[in-house]
Amino acid sequence: MSINLNVPDISARPVEKCVTKLKTEQVSLFYGSFQALRNITLDIPSRCITAIIGPSGCGKSSLLRLFNRMNDLIPGAKVEGNVELDGIPIYDARIDVADLRKRVGMVFQKPNPFPMSVFENVAYGPRRHGIKNRGQLEEIVEKSLRQAALWDEVKDNLGQSGLALSGGQQQRLCIARVLAVEPEVILMDEPCSALDPVATLKIEDLMRNLSQTYTIIIVTHNMQQAARVSDMTAFLMIEPDRAGVLVEYGPTAQIFTNPKDRRTEDYITGRFG
Amino acid sequence: MAAVTLDSRKITQRAAFTLLGLAMVITTIPVLFIIIYTILKGGGAVTWEFLTQFPSQAGRAGGILPAIIGTFYLMLGTLIFALPVGVMAGIYLTEYARNNWLTRLINLAIANLAGVPSIIFGLFGLSVFVLAFNFGLSLLAASLTLACQALAMVITTSREAILAVPREYREGSLAIGVTKWQTVRHIVLPQAFPGIITGVVLAISRAAGETAPILVVGAAFLLPHLPQSPFDQFMALPYHLYTVAVHVPNMPKEIVWGVALVLLVVVLSFDMLAAAIRIKTRQRKYL
Amino acid sequence: MCHWLNRSNKEGLATLQEQVTAATVPTTGLRRRLRLGERFIEVWIFLSGLLAIVVLLGIIAILLKEGLPIFAHTPPWKFLFGAKWYPISDPPTFGIAPFVVSTLMVTLVSTVIAVPIGVACAAYLSEVAHRKLAETVKPIIEILAGFPSVMMGFIGLALLSPLVQSAFNLNTGLCGLTAAIMLSLMSLPIIVSVSEDALHVVPKEFKEASYALGATKWETIWHVCIPSALSGIAAAIMLGIGRAIGETMTVLMVAGGALAVPVSPTDPMTTMTAAIASGIGNAVRGGLQYQALFAVGLILFILTLAVNIIAERVLERQKRKFAR
Ligand SMILES: Nc1ncnc2c1ncn2[C@@H]1O[C@H](COP(=O)(O)OP(=O)(O)O)[C@@H](O)[C@H]1O
Ligand SMILES: [Mg+2]
Repeated sequence: MSINLNVPDISARPVEKCVTKLKTEQVSLFYGSFQALRNITLDIPSRCITAIIGPSGCGKSSLLRLFNRMNDLIPGAKVEGNVELDGIPIYDARIDVADLRKRVGMVFQKPNPFPMSVFENVAYGPRRHGIKNRGQLEEIVEKSLRQAALWDEVKDNLGQSGLALSGGQQQRLCIARVLAVEPEVILMDEPCSALDPVATLKIEDLMRNLSQTYTIIIVTHNMQQAARVSDMTAFLMIEPDRAGVLVEYGPTAQIFTNPKDRRTEDYITGRFG
Repeated sequence: MAAVTLDSRKITQRAAFTLLGLAMVITTIPVLFIIIYTILKGGGAVTWEFLTQFPSQAGRAGGILPAIIGTFYLMLGTLIFALPVGVMAGIYLTEYARNNWLTRLINLAIANLAGVPSIIFGLFGLSVFVLAFNFGLSLLAASLTLACQALAMVITTSREAILAVPREYREGSLAIGVTKWQTVRHIVLPQAFPGIITGVVLAISRAAGETAPILVVGAAFLLPHLPQSPFDQFMALPYHLYTVAVHVPNMPKEIVWGVALVLLVVVLSFDMLAAAIRIKTRQRKYL
Repeated sequence: MCHWLNRSNKEGLATLQEQVTAATVPTTGLRRRLRLGERFIEVWIFLSGLLAIVVLLGIIAILLKEGLPIFAHTPPWKFLFGAKWYPISDPPTFGIAPFVVSTLMVTLVSTVIAVPIGVACAAYLSEVAHRKLAETVKPIIEILAGFPSVMMGFIGLALLSPLVQSAFNLNTGLCGLTAAIMLSLMSLPIIVSVSEDALHVVPKEFKEASYALGATKWETIWHVCIPSALSGIAAAIMLGIGRAIGETMTVLMVAGGALAVPVSPTDPMTTMTAAIASGIGNAVRGGLQYQALFAVGLILFILTLAVNIIAERVLERQKRKFAR
């Protein structure tokens, strides 16, 4: 039984470009007796976009959900190994999961705005985190919607239902909802797979802008998208026992032009060409 | 086979369908008949005085105000005791419970509780609330008894309503660092609210019509005053109907039908309220 | 058990260390917050979840505690099969055979009346009637389920009993048969709705196969739909029986209240529920009659529990039958 006496604190550390933000060491994930991920080790740099690619079912979503402990919601899910956010082991029993998720927000594959007005959708997070002042909320909502490149489209009717927006707008609303709680990391699980090409490009633009300030991890099955937007790329594959493993991880340019692993090359040329 | 011509098969079918249709008529007609007949027979008795005065001459004259008020107090009491715990239990089963023996036990208990005869709730209430807790033959004891009876229904309807809230909403909330309870409180419950209310209103309407349990835990036949506190005795519509129909000799028939009509209106109007909420929210979903 | 309790147990070990580190590390990090308000509510939620078990066990405990002592006075077999219920004679005798037989008789007759009508009505609604008609009729039948039992008792008393009296040429129309007819009416809604659900899940392919063989609609209903839905219909019947056994006010008001073992349904009688309802008010608390009535409650409880458990089992099986 080892108890780490020095739980480091985030606020004490300086955050610079390309410092390691998230880190996994020999992480395995089980759903009951089924192993979905095996021995994943990778360092995710701060204020960059990291893409996770790989064939369907290889565990991309599962890996992504490790970073904000969304897998905790699945009965029988079990994590082995170490995941750290700014050097803090996030699977430590002393970690506050809600605070973790506040710092590591998530956007889902299917846009899931709440059945409330646009304003309430964005104000929801800040409200729950204790901001009551109307003026302050309005400020946050405007800022977040601007950051999410949605402000101009909705500013005249913030009272309309979030469900009344188009698919692309809904997804940007969900991004604004995450931005409103001022996270450090944004996880995106195939955020464009339900959208048309124009909306997709808009979101990709948005991601590039956001990566000035935020660390972004995006799961995508769209190779071009990974190549277009990401700085780093992680390629996962399925082993014969259906467990996902990390085949290769490195700068996107290198992964796409000069992959070290044969399987990466096969996958990229097979799908990319 | 050849002997059975299509014609005779058709005749058999027609005869069979007539019988089936007859069964439907037999099931439906009494409902309409009872409602209409009660209105016709009791309508004349239901005057403003009838609704707002105290009974006199053992219920043979005067009004039924204390019975109406008593029934509304009982509904209120049932609501107060059954709603919070029932909804919370629904939340536990949908949001917190794991798939284990305890959860199975709870579900088993709920299913069986729903089938326990009302008179047995009466015995339970008498022994626990009236005697052990020493609440006496009171509004409080009766409300608690009816709440125990309503519990299963409130839990099941809450559970169904909460289950119908899409998982994506919960995830969207949890994913921005909102805690589980806050997610339940601010996302799940508002969404499930109409369904929960439908179930609760139905349960309350059931409680309003219950007679056997309050007969055991001590509804009063006649009271010269309204209950002043939860520890007071009370009159109630269904119990009043029972006594004037069975126990009071030389009872004017019209008054008995009048009591029946008032009871029916109270119970059915709450049923209809529940149905209206259900229909209204169903429409909203399609919008 | 539930996980937040577990989690806090696991943390128990860490608590002391945490207090040590808390002094040295700034608190703006990720360390767990107390969130006392939420913990409190979650405990409340958990306790509410347990309440159904508590009430059910409470009922069982009360019935045992208050009811079992009577068997020190009257042995169980004498209690069950004794034909004499003289609670206030000296010495009193407690034989509940009249109540048991009455309950069984009334339940049996009401089931015999309600089941064919209910199943036929369900078949008509789900297979024959136009959708519009079905949509109109179903809410009306639902209203029937909402009628208070005292109302049905009153209707039986005022309207049905004179009819039964003259039709069977009886001394009184207040008898088991009148009660059974009212009870059958009251158990119709549940029989109809559960049977209808059962018919509804019969796979379309079954019916189409029957039509393809040249069967008429009626032949399909009779030879395919009803047999396939049989376990669901059985569950409906059990639920109807459960309802009839436990019904109190109606039988109290119209079954006649005689204390002898009934021979025919047209005899006046007292069911177990009616015996409790009419006796408990006068019984001395903790006295022999009081105990005896709780013992009747105990037997009634066991009876309805058994019926409901069977119904549930059958319903489970029906669900599994067509689940794919
Ligand atoms: N909740 C779950 N329970 C059990 N198995 C799951 C669950 N979610 C995903 N899996 C399994 O884990 C593997 C990886 O799934 P996922 O992470 O969704 O893959 P991807 O996102 O790459 O398509 C798949 O084999 C999938 O069937
Ligand atoms: Mg996925």
